[in-house]
Amino acid sequence: MNDILTGMIEAVRLILTLDPTLIEISLRSLQVTVSATVIASLIGLPLGAWLAINRFRARRFVIACLNALMGLPPVVVGLVVYVLLSRSGPLGVLGLLFTTSAMIIAQVIIITPIIASISHQAIRELWADYHDLLISLNTTRWQRIKALLWDGRRALLTASLAGFGRAIGEVGAIMIVGGNIDNATRVLTTAIALETGKGNFALALALGFILIALAISVNFALHLLSKTERSSLW
Amino acid sequence: MVAPILPLRAENIRVARGGKTLLGPLSLEIGGEGVTIVLGPNGSGKTTLLRALHGLERLREGAVRWAVPEPEARSQQAFVFQAPILMRRSVVDSIAYPLLLDGLRRGEARDRAADAAEAVGLGDRLALQAMNLSGGEKQKLAIARALVRRPQILFLDEPCANLDGRATRDIEAILAKVREQGTRIVMSTHNVGQARRMADEAVFLFDGRMIDGGKASDFFDNPQTPEARAHLQGDLLP
Repeated sequence: MNDILTGMIEAVRLILTLDPTLIEISLRSLQVTVSATVIASLIGLPLGAWLAINRFRARRFVIACLNALMGLPPVVVGLVVYVLLSRSGPLGVLGLLFTTSAMIIAQVIIITPIIASISHQAIRELWADYHDLLISLNTTRWQRIKALLWDGRRALLTASLAGFGRAIGEVGAIMIVGGNIDNATRVLTTAIALETGKGNFALALALGFILIALAISVNFALHLLSKTERSSLW
Repeated sequence: MVAPILPLRAENIRVARGGKTLLGPLSLEIGGEGVTIVLGPNGSGKTTLLRALHGLERLREGAVRWAVPEPEARSQQAFVFQAPILMRRSVVDSIAYPLLLDGLRRGEARDRAADAAEAVGLGDRLALQAMNLSGGEKQKLAIARALVRRPQILFLDEPCANLDGRATRDIEAILAKVREQGTRIVMSTHNVGQARRMADEAVFLFDGRMIDGGKASDFFDNPQTPEARAHLQGDLLP
C-alpha cells in the first residue's frame, strides 16, 4: 500500500517537473503505439468491412481464424518478428531489429486481428441495415465498403481504440524486438519491467500510473474529437 | 440524353425461397406514364413483385427486361422501402449520397439534395440527423433520396404503411407531383382508398399470382375475380 502511495506521489512529481526521461519514453510509447494503431486500422478496418459484405467459401474459416488471432501471445509474435528481422533472417538485410520500426511491426501483427474482428462485427450489423438500400442504389463493392466505414465510423473508432489499448500496454513482443535500449527503444512498458526488475517499485508504479493516464487521455481526446455519445448521433 | 428504359417486361417470372414459390409465374408489362398500384392481401407477393422488378430478388424462372440493357436501366430506377432505410447521416447528406455515387462534387450534391428536401417539405430539416425525424418525415426523406437522381421509374413498397392521415396525404401529394413530372410510379399498398385515388393501372395479386388488374377505372368498378371483389369491398379473404 505504501508503494502504491509513493508511486502516485512519484508520478505526480515526474509530471510536474517535466522529467526529460519520462517525456522521452512517453513520447516514444505514443509514437510506436499510434503508428501501429494507424497502420493496423488501415489494414483491419477495410478487412473487417470486406469480410462483412462478401460471401465466399472459406469466409467462416477466415472469421474464426481472425477471432482466434485476437488472442495471439505477444511473446510468440515478438519471437517470430525477431527471427524474421535478425541478421540471419529473411528480412535481416533491412536492419530493423532493435529499432522502433521493429516494435511497430510486432504491434501491428498483434492488434490487426483485434481491429479487424471488432470492425467486422460492427460493420456486419450496419450491412444488415444498409444491404437493400446499397444494392438498390447500384453501388460498387468499394462504394459499399466506403459507405459502411464512414457511417460506422464511431463504432470503428472503438475497434481502433481497442487495438490502441492492447498495443500501449504491450510489453512482451516489443521487449524482444526492441531490446529496451535506453534513448532508442525504451518505452513506458519496458521501462516499467526494467524498474520492477531492479526492485524500484515506486518508480515502476509511477510509470504505470502515467501509462494509464496516457491511455485514458488518448481515448478521451478521440471520443471528444469524433463527437461520440451525443444523443443526436449514432 | 438518357434513353427511355420503359417499357418494362416481366416474362414468366417466378421467385421461390426454401422450396416455396413466393411469386409467379407472372408476366407483366409496365410502360408509358402514370401510376400502377399493386394490390393484394398480406403474403400475396406485393413486396416480392416490386423487389423482383427492381432486381433485388433472384428469379428462379423468367426474366425482367427493359428497353435498354440492364446496367443502364439500373441507374434510372429508384426504390422506396416500406420501413425507410436511414443512413447514419444528416438529412441533406442522406439525400446527397446517391449523387456522390454518380461522381458529383460534394457542394453541388448538397445543393441538389437541399432542393430535393425542399420539394418534399424537409427544407427546414437539412442539418438534422435522419434518425431524429418523425415517421412521416423519414419516409419523405427516403422519397427525396430516391428522386434526387431523377429516375424514370420509382418503386414504392407501401410507403404510407404505419403513417397517419396527414403524413399519408403529404406523401400522396408529393407522388402526384412526381407523376406530373413524368416519373413512372409502381407502388404497392394495402389501402384501397389510396389505390383508388392514385391508380391509373392496377395489379391484383393473390397467393403470388396476378389474378386481376388492368385499367384502374375498369378494375375498381368491375373486378373480374371474387378475390379482388372481396378485397375491394374490405371482406376477409380465405
